Amino acid sequence: MTQPRIRTPLGKIEGLGSARSGTHHFWALRVSSVALIPLSIWFVASALAYVGAEQGAVAAYFAEPINAVLMFLFIITCAYHSSLGLQTVIEDYIHQEGTKITLLIFNRFACWIVGAAAGYALIRMAFGAH
Amino acid sequence: MSEIENSPGPGGRPYGRPLSPHLQIWRWSITMAASITHRATGIALAAGFVLLAWWLIAASLGPDSYDVFGRAAGTIIGEIILFGFLWSLSYHLLNGIRHLAWDTGYGFRVPTAHVTAALVYLGSLLLAAGAFAVGLMVKAGLSV
Ligand code: HEM
Repeated sequence: MTQPRIRTPLGKIEGLGSARSGTHHFWALRVSSVALIPLSIWFVASALAYVGAEQGAVAAYFAEPINAVLMFLFIITCAYHSSLGLQTVIEDYIHQEGTKITLLIFNRFACWIVGAAAGYALIRMAFGAH
Repeated sequence: MSEIENSPGPGGRPYGRPLSPHLQIWRWSITMAASITHRATGIALAAGFVLLAWWLIAASLGPDSYDVFGRAAGTIIGEIILFGFLWSLSYHLLNGIRHLAWDTGYGFRVPTAHVTAALVYLGSLLLAAGAFAVGLMVKAGLSV
């Protein structure tokens, strides 16, 4: 035996790794990253075009179907990607089990509450409530 | 195996498993800085996501709420935050692409990783400065 064994016997039979979900988290973060490349470029271009613009112009922009759909995708992908990303940060630095679980739940809630609030505002504009 | 497992670790307890030395042990390199910056910009962007929500909510509520946002964004602190957001996104985007290249097996050679890290820093500053300049021009009413 030349290599020290890093995996525990339990870890081996469970086969899920320390995150308990195998490669799903890794893969979901990659897929959301790929989606965010075009979406974030589109978002910055849109936002820059409306710097200093009046509220009505911004609301009208998001009332366009194509812009409403792209912004909706951007919001959802941001909420998902940042919840996954911040989860890794919490798992890396917080080792006390109770604190860790609390923060992991808080993280999921916070990301999706912000996403839902942004999504709701967007939907109002998309359907012309301005 | 037994040499690693039985040697005393931090605090004198046996390692049991091989442990990586902690952060302070390593000599600084640009790849290390780039990795930490990716994490820092990711966290900054998550915070920026809250501001993005504020922007949309303000825009959906009407001119008065939108003016409050606009005035906050126009202060010097607001502009610094906006530049920070643009730079964080530029950096995280470029370095994210660097990550995705690694995931597909490219760019792992040490000299390559050093060059791409430097390119990400340089490119992100240029991108952010360019985007900020465009924003200033749009605000001043110049057509771009
Ligand atoms: C612009 C396109 C983006 C790309 C290509 C991208 C890519 C990535 C990748 C590949 C990782 C994983 C890094 C690793 O494995 O250590 C990551 C982490 C992360 N991303 Fe993004 N991302 C993007 C946008 C965003 C946005 C908009 C946010 C926030 C809303 C964000 C928040 C985060 C966070 C919090 C992490 C965790 C940092 C860490 O674990 O060190 N990212 N990103």
